[in-house]
Amino acid sequence: MTNSRRLTPWLFLLAPLVLLITFTYAPIVNMLAYSFTDWDGVSPELHYTGAHNYAEIFTRPELFEVFLVSAYYLVASAVQIVAALYFATVLSFDVRFRNFFKGVLFFPSLINGVAIGFVFLYFFQDGGTLDSVLALSGLHTHHAWLGTPVSANISLAGVSVWRYLGLNFVLFLGAIQSIPGELYEAAELDGANRLQQFRHIIAPGIRPVVTLTVILSVSGSLSVFEVPYIMTGGATGTETFVTQTVKLAFQYNKTGLASAAAVVLLLIVLAVTWLQRRLVPDDRVDLV
Amino acid sequence: MTRRAVTRALVHLSLVAAAVVVLLPLTVVLLTSLKSPGEMADGSGALTLPDDLLNLHNYVTAFQDGGMLRAFGNTLFIVVFSVGGTVLIGSMTAYAIDRFTFRFRKPVVALFLLAALVPGVTTQVATFQIVNSFGLFDTRWAPIALYMGTDIVSVYIFLQFVRSIPVSLDEAARLDGANAFTIYLRIILPLLKPAIATVVIVKGIAVYNDFYIPFLYMPSENLGVISTSLFRFRGPYGAHWEIISAGAILVILPTLVVFLCLQRFIYNGFMRGATR
Repeated sequence: MTNSRRLTPWLFLLAPLVLLITFTYAPIVNMLAYSFTDWDGVSPELHYTGAHNYAEIFTRPELFEVFLVSAYYLVASAVQIVAALYFATVLSFDVRFRNFFKGVLFFPSLINGVAIGFVFLYFFQDGGTLDSVLALSGLHTHHAWLGTPVSANISLAGVSVWRYLGLNFVLFLGAIQSIPGELYEAAELDGANRLQQFRHIIAPGIRPVVTLTVILSVSGSLSVFEVPYIMTGGATGTETFVTQTVKLAFQYNKTGLASAAAVVLLLIVLAVTWLQRRLVPDDRVDLV
Repeated sequence: MTRRAVTRALVHLSLVAAAVVVLLPLTVVLLTSLKSPGEMADGSGALTLPDDLLNLHNYVTAFQDGGMLRAFGNTLFIVVFSVGGTVLIGSMTAYAIDRFTFRFRKPVVALFLLAALVPGVTTQVATFQIVNSFGLFDTRWAPIALYMGTDIVSVYIFLQFVRSIPVSLDEAARLDGANAFTIYLRIILPLLKPAIATVVIVKGIAVYNDFYIPFLYMPSENLGVISTSLFRFRGPYGAHWEIISAGAILVILPTLVVFLCLQRFIYNGFMRGATR
């Protein structure tokens, strides 16, 4: 092997590696370092504070509350996955207007998050879409949907289901359609009905994708940002882990504390991903 | 047989109900965007049709006063550069990793693999300081560099495709005197067209829709992209839902057109991108 031949791959990897290290690895290292200080992000002065920031995250109730908010999104993801499974199963069979329904269910996941936020601010507004629809059925409520913590969080989690259901649905549908058609034909010949077909052919065929989705929704529920930030700005108890971190870092200049929060989130996500890799042996991952 | 018919009817009913749930909020916003301030105030409710279905007045306001024209320009600029860069970076990485054996190959691969597990939202606290130290803060190059540098999914997609290109093609070209760079440019890149289409679509839509990064890195009003410009509608038009609605529809419309034209590619692309 000549010298130039040995150098060639590095010429191709130079730009990708520089970008990768600058924008992914350097931030992680810095973040770890900041998390043990009281840095405000601007001043040249910073003090080492040990694990103080970490202690604060887990002991100050208003900082810890965000984990409870994640629970709403976690429940919502469960609803979302079940609904996505149902629609994927139904639409894998020959249904009239199948492509139309497929498109309608999927389209929300392509829409801009800010636009979705506004669409649903109007939806939940006093006298907005929801109130008008309820009025049609004779229910005249003047409930402030985003006015109390419980109602606001349920509403926002609902928006999140509306937005992301389509993505899960298309993934499940893809998995179902990759099951060989002969299996259904054979089952049909044996007199299996739709429910039996689901239990014995579809369910085992899509288990990996579903498990993957379930696990990903855990880290997804913790890193919710756009919908609550755009719609309520974290008011009325809708603050999530990420909206809170963004505020700590960029509004209150608590870079140290925000870094500690980000490290905690990163560790949780990594733990969840590790669990996923253990539970779902995925042949696509071993690139080496 | 009748039981089957009942099930079928119920299934259809559920599909229609889901379609209504998806389409109703969007339709109402479309209707609202066509109403005049007078119609908004007369208490006729959100579900009524506008008097004039061709009243595009709110769109003119959104475009001109809301700065949506400039926002589309900025977004286009960022999409073109970051998607182009992602294609180059991703395909070069995949080519180097798949076609060469070199020292530290495994650690390099591991570096890319591991990066895919780090969610971008978490590290922005520190990324911000780095972007700032390069003097990129509040320029359009900040999001471009970040979109280009942190996209691991496209590396995966390219890697799958590079593997499926027979090595014999490279060897034949090398016998004809082609060097590694010519092989990449003349053989690999052209054969990667399906992968490039996937990456362009998935990445293009993701960049077009992103709010977080432009919001953090480009606070200047004249650097607004569609997400951040639309977000600013809340202040001045806070009570003018007809104008906010027009802005939202303006942002959704291009997505709808792209979706209708490229449906098949989009479904495939998202399936590939999401399962990485």
